[in-house]
Amino acid sequence: MTDDDRVFKALADPTRRFLLDRLFERDGRTLTELESELQMTRFGVMKHLRLLEDAGLVVSRRSGREKLHYLNPVPIRLIHDRWIDKYTERQVSALADLKTELEETA
Amino acid sequence: MTTATNIATTQVYRVWIKATPQAIWDAITKPEWTDRYGYTGLAEYDLRPGGAFRMVAGPAMESHGFSGPMVDGEVLEADPPRKLVQTWRLLMDPELEAEGFTRLTYEIEEGEGGVTKLTVIHDVEGAPKLAPMVAGEADETGAGGGWAWILSDLKSLLETGKPLAG
Repeated sequence: MTDDDRVFKALADPTRRFLLDRLFERDGRTLTELESELQMTRFGVMKHLRLLEDAGLVVSRRSGREKLHYLNPVPIRLIHDRWIDKYTERQVSALADLKTELEETA
Repeated sequence: MTTATNIATTQVYRVWIKATPQAIWDAITKPEWTDRYGYTGLAEYDLRPGGAFRMVAGPAMESHGFSGPMVDGEVLEADPPRKLVQTWRLLMDPELEAEGFTRLTYEIEEGEGGVTKLTVIHDVEGAPKLAPMVAGEADETGAGGGWAWILSDLKSLLETGKPLAG
């Protein structure tokens, strides 16, 4: 499996996207905090976090006695830089210009 | 849309690069490398605890009208090619400069198959203006994509010999 495959596989699950959204809202959370927001066993949440870590989307670090989980945006940036940009940049910037123009005239 | 309150005071970034730890160390600490990716600039490091750090505008930055030191700081720990801890302050804007020094850690760890893991930890406590900037939230305004973009560009440079286009 390539790095990109791991990222897409990790993202292809609503629970894992939910975990990433929670970390995007507030980074550096413990398993206990993340678990409290899901109807799932601690073991289940750990399994999802492990998959996210394997894909590089989450990085965990020890802080004293706690293990904190951080959202790592680099793998998504790599996908963006390597091939989404290539196909969409022109259209997206045109849309962004249009949005700015519409908002200014609104 | 995110707001500054969402930004944690510690930001963690990780990338896997097909390169040796020494190549990555050089790309972080040597001016001939630092001028070739990310925001560019010529790094000046005195690689010992208490040693000075500066990032000075290189030719690419000068062509955008910048000159002189852009970032300054102090080396706290240098363990080549594994770990570099330093302070870091952006000098390109008076408000950012006034936020003072932040703490930056690079961890370089050799993995399997010639792939090296680079982790960047930026502790931006007390720097609420800098935090969204290094998180790449000002990308659309032309301020660049922060650490995620820098590391993506570094990976591209070390693996292909070229930075990302554009």
